[in-house]
Amino acid sequence: MVSSSLQRIQWTAGVGYNFVRMTEDLQLYRTMLLIRRFEERLLDEFSTGRLGGTTHAYIGQEAGAAGIFSELSTEDVVFSNHRCHGHFLAYGGDPYRLAAELMGKATGLVGGRGGSQHIHWRNFYSNGIQGGIVPVATGMALAEKAKGSGQIVTAFLGDGTLGEGAVYESLNIASLWSLPILYVVENNRYAQTTPVSLAVAGSIPARFNAFGIKTWECDSTDVREIVPVARGAIRFVRESIHPAGLILNTYRFAAHSKGDDVRDPQEIAGYKLKDPLTIHASRLPESEITKLNDEAASVIENAFMQAAADPFPELEGPSRL
Amino acid sequence: MTPTVLESLNSALHTAMEKDERVFVLGEDILDPYGGAFKVTRGLSTKFPDRVLTTPISEAGIVGVSNGMALRGLHPVTEIMFGDFVTLIADQIVNHAAKFRWMYNDQVRVPLVIRTPMGGRRGYGPTHSQSLEKLFLGVPGLKVVAPNTLGDPAELLLSAISDEDPVLFIEHKLLYTRPLLEVGKGDLVDWIITRSEGEFPTFTLHGPYAPALTFATYGYNFELVRQAANELMLDHEIFTDIILFSQLSPFKLDPLFDSLNRTHRLLTVEEGGLTLGWGAEVTARAAEIGIPGLKVGRVAARDLPIANSKKLEDAILPSQVDILQAALALLNK
Repeated sequence: MVSSSLQRIQWTAGVGYNFVRMTEDLQLYRTMLLIRRFEERLLDEFSTGRLGGTTHAYIGQEAGAAGIFSELSTEDVVFSNHRCHGHFLAYGGDPYRLAAELMGKATGLVGGRGGSQHIHWRNFYSNGIQGGIVPVATGMALAEKAKGSGQIVTAFLGDGTLGEGAVYESLNIASLWSLPILYVVENNRYAQTTPVSLAVAGSIPARFNAFGIKTWECDSTDVREIVPVARGAIRFVRESIHPAGLILNTYRFAAHSKGDDVRDPQEIAGYKLKDPLTIHASRLPESEITKLNDEAASVIENAFMQAAADPFPELEGPSRL
Repeated sequence: MTPTVLESLNSALHTAMEKDERVFVLGEDILDPYGGAFKVTRGLSTKFPDRVLTTPISEAGIVGVSNGMALRGLHPVTEIMFGDFVTLIADQIVNHAAKFRWMYNDQVRVPLVIRTPMGGRRGYGPTHSQSLEKLFLGVPGLKVVAPNTLGDPAELLLSAISDEDPVLFIEHKLLYTRPLLEVGKGDLVDWIITRSEGEFPTFTLHGPYAPALTFATYGYNFELVRQAANELMLDHEIFTDIILFSQLSPFKLDPLFDSLNRTHRLLTVEEGGLTLGWGAEVTARAAEIGIPGLKVGRVAARDLPIANSKKLEDAILPSQVDILQAALALLNK
């Protein structure tokens, strides 16, 4: 089932508009802006009653998704986690189908069955179990290697995921069997409310290195710094058909989900000085930024309004009694 | 001589791998010459070295890997060396394999088979003797299937492998060396046997005269039930029906209800612990369907860990004598 809105909006994986040529710098900004505005709108919508349940905003981390997806092929396989909206939009996913899914609508990515953390479209998958997705993504890499598809798999982990044993079983297997998978650790320095200092002993790269897996690391929210690092790691996985780790040290500006933020406001304010959108905007002509702002505003308004008007799904199958 | 359950299952794996290049076999210690702890995978790695993957001791990891393989078009058949270790793969079954198809709105399939030996009576003690399949009954999106000596285990396993949804395939350890039964021979000589439609069939064994009681069972416990039923017939002139299930979950109980409408007495027999077991759901559904005057009993393991000492193990697991006594008690209710 491919939505007709796909043609309407013309998002395609990783490359932005089909019919607008733009520089890589503009495309990166456009992706980050779309994620930022989408997540802001999403958080606002909780107060309108259109959205229930919970969500995990990517605000502040946009440069990671924009940088990585600018280097992946549209055919590559992606397994994301609870904080998946940014990854999905950078992959080229349709904001309208995502908004509809978040509202629990029949037109959502998975018909309202999954919601925020459990989506699937083309080669993009997400699930809400920390660690559990990592062996699944690893098996996908085995399948792509066995089929000789040339596709690689990217799995998204957070610093919190590093506490799960399934991660290390996966790293061991991926290295033993030389599987084409990139493990991205988005270290946003907090697992829900727990700082890395209370949850992650030793070194993150050393975790990978111990299994014979090379790592790339970037300590920046500047998308221009992230792109070449991501490129190096992705090229290595594709060319050597071997796993790699990519560690992006970042920070989320929003709460883990909603209203569960106990971080020091001064610390948050400090990181906001390194807002990835502000950093990258300074390099772009103001007229282009205005255009992209207008476009993002209109795409997101349309996405949420159309999704809001859509019907809710019906449960099929035998009744309970 | 008919093949044993072990030979039958082994031949099915050979057939599946020959027929379909998408079939991969994963598990611990499955390479030749060892060929797996119970030898079900014997010969596969010699014949199909690229598609037989011996794994580290990482049950969650290898079932997760198998999930990913299945999501991307392969057909993994994964062995968990002892059924007791299914607790380690519960997350991968419940939150991943069984959920993906429905959660992703029917847009994906997970053709995954997890095979594992369950059951006691070999003195392996508390963590290598259990029948834990009850923990997975009723998990949406998952089929739980168990071979027996009457149906064809090879056919059952091949059906599981070609199923587009995940199947947990429960092999009782004591079945491996048992030869397959032949209808009309040996201790089946007095029984009329019918088989339900479908890939994971239910068998109904009718005694020669009007039955007074219906046994419901699966897997190895059919061996004990059959002997108890023959004893009831020969020593007590009490005739029974035996309903033998291959598919444990989702529950499909129509052949059982047909029999209960004649007998009005149901005795479930399983090797897992009594509380919230397979028999609990079977009896609840039989009660709900409204069979007049239904009387029920359940034979199962005591709600204890399974002891190592044979004397204690025998006292904890249901025996042929327990089944016979429970049947007689139920008939006197």
